Amino acid sequence: MNTAVLEEVRSPMNKAIHVSLPDATTPTDPSANIVSVRGITKFYGSDVHALEDVNLDFPTGQMTTLLGPSGCGKTTLLKIIAGLLDSTSGEVMVKGKTVTSPGPERAFVFQDFALLPWATVTRNVAFGLELTGVPLKEREAKAKTYIEKVGLSGFEDKYPHELSGGMRQRVGLARALAVDADVLLMDEPFSAVDEQNRRKFQEDLLHLLSVEKKTVIFVTHSIEEAVYVSDQIVLLSPRPGRIHSIIRPELDRSSSPDDIRRDKVYLDTVEEIWGNIREYLD
Amino acid sequence: MDLAFILPPFSSVLGELTTLILRHDFHAAAWQTFQAFAIGMFFAITGGIALGFIMGTSKTANNILGMWVNIFASAPLSSVVPVLMLLFGLGQLTVVVIVILFSIWIIALDTYAGVHHTSNSLKEMGRSFGANQRQLLVKILFWAALPEILAGVRLGLIRAVKGIVIGQLLLSVVALGRMFRTFSDNFQFEEFWALTLILFVFALLFSTLIGRLESKVEYYAGTRD
Ligand SMILES: Nc1ncnc2c1ncn2[C@@H]1O[C@H](COP(=O)(O)OP(=O)(O)OP(=O)(O)O)[C@@H](O)[C@H]1O
Ligand SMILES: [Mg+2]
Repeated sequence: MNTAVLEEVRSPMNKAIHVSLPDATTPTDPSANIVSVRGITKFYGSDVHALEDVNLDFPTGQMTTLLGPSGCGKTTLLKIIAGLLDSTSGEVMVKGKTVTSPGPERAFVFQDFALLPWATVTRNVAFGLELTGVPLKEREAKAKTYIEKVGLSGFEDKYPHELSGGMRQRVGLARALAVDADVLLMDEPFSAVDEQNRRKFQEDLLHLLSVEKKTVIFVTHSIEEAVYVSDQIVLLSPRPGRIHSIIRPELDRSSSPDDIRRDKVYLDTVEEIWGNIREYLD
Repeated sequence: MDLAFILPPFSSVLGELTTLILRHDFHAAAWQTFQAFAIGMFFAITGGIALGFIMGTSKTANNILGMWVNIFASAPLSSVVPVLMLLFGLGQLTVVVIVILFSIWIIALDTYAGVHHTSNSLKEMGRSFGANQRQLLVKILFWAALPEILAGVRLGLIRAVKGIVIGQLLLSVVALGRMFRTFSDNFQFEEFWALTLILFVFALLFSTLIGRLESKVEYYAGTRD
């Protein structure tokens, strides 16, 4: 570890802070951590070892980012938490209960949006509610509120192919918000969104989440994005994916987005993470 | 045999066509054929789609059924038409069976392709938002596979018409053999070709109609992986 990092760990105010890792025996505290994973190991078939003994806590109401190079198992871990994929061993706890399948407390935002191409924006946003049998009028009203919140008013009756990538992902976000889950699972939600829209979208997302009070588990391989949006960054090492370190960038989020991006803590944290990643890329 | 007898001049076919269309007994006959055709297509479409879904959603089923469906879809079925006529006679039932036999396999294969190629993330999306098996099927897989299903139905329709025409050809040849001995000049080739022509026009009409539907859903076929 370089000296800059050590210094940061020592200094008390407004710096990135390293957090000690939980292990398989650390008790989970459902009131503080809405999601906990213990001892997650994942093999695809018999020879692809994707994850090895992952132990993590996701604090309620916070944004945790899974960061790491391509193929390190970020999506795998997220899908195991979502209940879309079975782990080889270990368990996922949501609100203190072990889960093995998808549930209403968790909503997924997909990298490729996963919108129904044959359905309008309104029906797509309301789709989660449609599946759980919410009456048409009620779910359309709810969809309308969230379409507004993600900034898509006026596009209610458009089809996905009539929208830009950024707008499609806003539909995906509105769909996840509409089911009122406590935990949002987002797999590289901005990777198919162009740079300008991406920044705007990140800002909107942060604003929206501060209002909606969600816990977010966010996958990205952009260091800048991770530092900008996260309360907690989990750095994964390459195959088999293990936790390399956990970093909490203590940014002053009350300042403007541009100021945050110029903030010394922001820049230092980005550099520090880059240094860590370079270690195992060599 | 005189070729001009079997292949009458086109003008006389057209002439026969108009008189045929105006005749009452033709209306009844055409209506019966059409009914049988529609019934056959109904079973072929429902059966083919069901078969395609079973193959598309279960690996085991696909391993067992896939090979047979493929064989039947590419088999020279025309050769079994005479057997069918022997088995089921020359009435509506034969038409129904021929239509099903000629079209169900291609509908099943295309449906399978559509279900099989439905993007994984769309299925995961359904599951993550709590869809049960039935919802996954009717709210996601069916619509995702619709472009392929329609293509399959259109191809099945064309094959079915082909089956019927072959059947009629064979029928007329059989009839011809008998007629040569007894009342050879009674067999009207003009009438036969006129009927065939009408069938083709019907087929063209329907396949254009389905083609229209297909282009309506095309936009989302293009947005898939
Ligand atoms: N269905 C699968 N079958 C076999 N191997 C798989 C499967 N899915 C993922 N893998 C492998 O497991 C490892 C982790 O994959 P995963 O998709 O979780 O990585 P990731 O961190 O999300 O990568 P990226 O940043 O490229 O999205 C990779 O090496 C990948 O090749
Ligand atoms: Mg991934």
